[in-house]
Amino acid sequence: MDTAVAQERENYLNASHGLKSWLLTKDHKRIGLLYLFTITLFFFIGGAFATLIRIELLSPQGNMVSSETYNKLFTMHAVAMIFFFMIPSIPAVLGNFFLPIMIGARDLAFPKLNLLSWYLLVIGGAFSLFAMIAGGVDTGWTFYTPYSTTYSNSWVIATALGIFIAGFSSILTGLNFIVTVHRMRAPGMTWFRMPLFVWANYATSLIQVLGTPVLAVTIVLLFVERVFQLGIFDPARGGDPVLFQHLFWFYSHPAVYIMVLPGMGVISEIISTFSRKTVFGYAFIAFSSVAIAVLGFLVWGHHMFVSGQSLYASMVFSFLSYFVAIPSAIKVFNWTATLYKGSISYQTPMLYAFGFIGLFTIGGLTGLFLAALGMDIHVTDTYFVVAHFHYIMVGGTMMAYLGGMHFWWPKMTGRMYPEGWAKLSSLVIFLGFNLTFFPQFILGYLGMPRRYHLYPAEFQVLNVMSTAGASILAVGYAMPMIYFIWSLKYGKVAPMNPWGATGLEWRTASPPPVHNFEQTPIVTHEAYDYTSVPAEEIEVV
Amino acid sequence: MSAPHSETHVDSVGTYVKVLLALMFCTVLTTWVAYIDLGAFSTVIALSIASVKMLLVAMFFMHVRHSSKLTKLVVVGALMWLGILLVLTMTDFVTRNM
Repeated sequence: MDTAVAQERENYLNASHGLKSWLLTKDHKRIGLLYLFTITLFFFIGGAFATLIRIELLSPQGNMVSSETYNKLFTMHAVAMIFFFMIPSIPAVLGNFFLPIMIGARDLAFPKLNLLSWYLLVIGGAFSLFAMIAGGVDTGWTFYTPYSTTYSNSWVIATALGIFIAGFSSILTGLNFIVTVHRMRAPGMTWFRMPLFVWANYATSLIQVLGTPVLAVTIVLLFVERVFQLGIFDPARGGDPVLFQHLFWFYSHPAVYIMVLPGMGVISEIISTFSRKTVFGYAFIAFSSVAIAVLGFLVWGHHMFVSGQSLYASMVFSFLSYFVAIPSAIKVFNWTATLYKGSISYQTPMLYAFGFIGLFTIGGLTGLFLAALGMDIHVTDTYFVVAHFHYIMVGGTMMAYLGGMHFWWPKMTGRMYPEGWAKLSSLVIFLGFNLTFFPQFILGYLGMPRRYHLYPAEFQVLNVMSTAGASILAVGYAMPMIYFIWSLKYGKVAPMNPWGATGLEWRTASPPPVHNFEQTPIVTHEAYDYTSVPAEEIEVV
Repeated sequence: MSAPHSETHVDSVGTYVKVLLALMFCTVLTTWVAYIDLGAFSTVIALSIASVKMLLVAMFFMHVRHSSKLTKLVVVGALMWLGILLVLTMTDFVTRNM
């Protein structure tokens, strides 16, 4: 194909111009990019707070900021990263852009609702950003009562309101995806021909729709108690503080799967493409996504083993928590089996996929430690927990997000990123990540509590290692930011299918036309059937 | 996108008025019961009346009665998830002093 002609052809980027054409767009691809800009902003805000935390922890004396300020730093780091970066990251950016294309649809089922979802995230983000600028919030991202309702003098309501509004963005995106998958599949795109990325986003959407309203209700109850002094969680007024934790974690544990399930979908696409093999155990991986979505709702009490929750309930939740490991392990084993005898190429997305598998496995297995009652009580609220969930969130989801961004960047922009720099950055990120967070497992096991900026001097060496790792990690994250922008002007023009992949998104132009396909595709093959890709469409770079 | 045929069925105005009256009656009943000391049963009765109201709204005003099996599955699924929230929360509250 003549690449110059391909560049001039009308596509979703050049079909209309001006700010208005973006702010009022109903095109899922443009909305995906709007999300990309928004969450990138919040990633840097959250990253700035993380930087301050790590600088503070260089010394054990807590001599840079006050305890109150430190409380605000870790709270705002988590609020920005969880609600305004991680949760919308893969579904709202990559899912929005690719889910309709991957099932052969022209758009999502409700394009206007999709745009509304983005506006809700921006409005919610604005409230939380206002709270951060006005003085911050110090409750921890968990908003535990009675501190949040009775004692905190920080911007609890503004932050919670921001999260409440952003929650509706999440619900509407989930609803849109569910309806789209049910109603908009191209002829021949049966449920078991759908790419596993679609399955993963479908399962994620179920969690978003079923879980997020409970978070909204919880925030309303928090508001009612804090503002009107009604006794809901305050025992002095007949309330129960542990009830707050039940309601909060009923959403917030499944929220972990909102964050990681789409990442698993990305990894399935990458592993198959770069080992040039059908995914081993397709149906098992597809159903394991749904199983994770369901089982994820049965385990929230493992966050509450020391809350005063009854021992009987803790035993039930501990027992149920182990079950989540099964579908997660099914995925890891099936990805590994897919690699077996595959024609593996070590392109950047694959490096991120390798990183994901290793780091997610460490994060997942240490999660089993925390599901065990005795072990959990030893390491509750220590850096062991911090390390564990960062291995899932950053080692898992962030690796998958970056892997997906590299994998689909040529399709989104019509330009290739510089492969050498990208490989280097993935290695820098991997090394920086492990140097940041592995010492935290040891710190936690030795007893260093989280959420304190003063610590015994003997913990300093490991903390300095962690901060050094965070510096390397920051450099690693800055690199893609720079070369992605660079590639928009100077990158090699991307062909239709640079990786020789099988999905429908690789059967349309790079970047895609406004309505995704010149003609509605008719699907006649299973997903990941490499014999179905016409050789003339592949221009592997 | 056109709606499925099963969702186009609409009840008569009379039915809607009856449902509205039933909802208003339930609201009055809830208020009235709130002034009677029934001990622990006060909450049980209030929640029972609220459940009836919820069912009336879902079945009639939200047309679940005439909807497809998939829509009904969504409603049942949502209620099941509410059940998960209540049952597992109760495993704590009911056994806390054991």
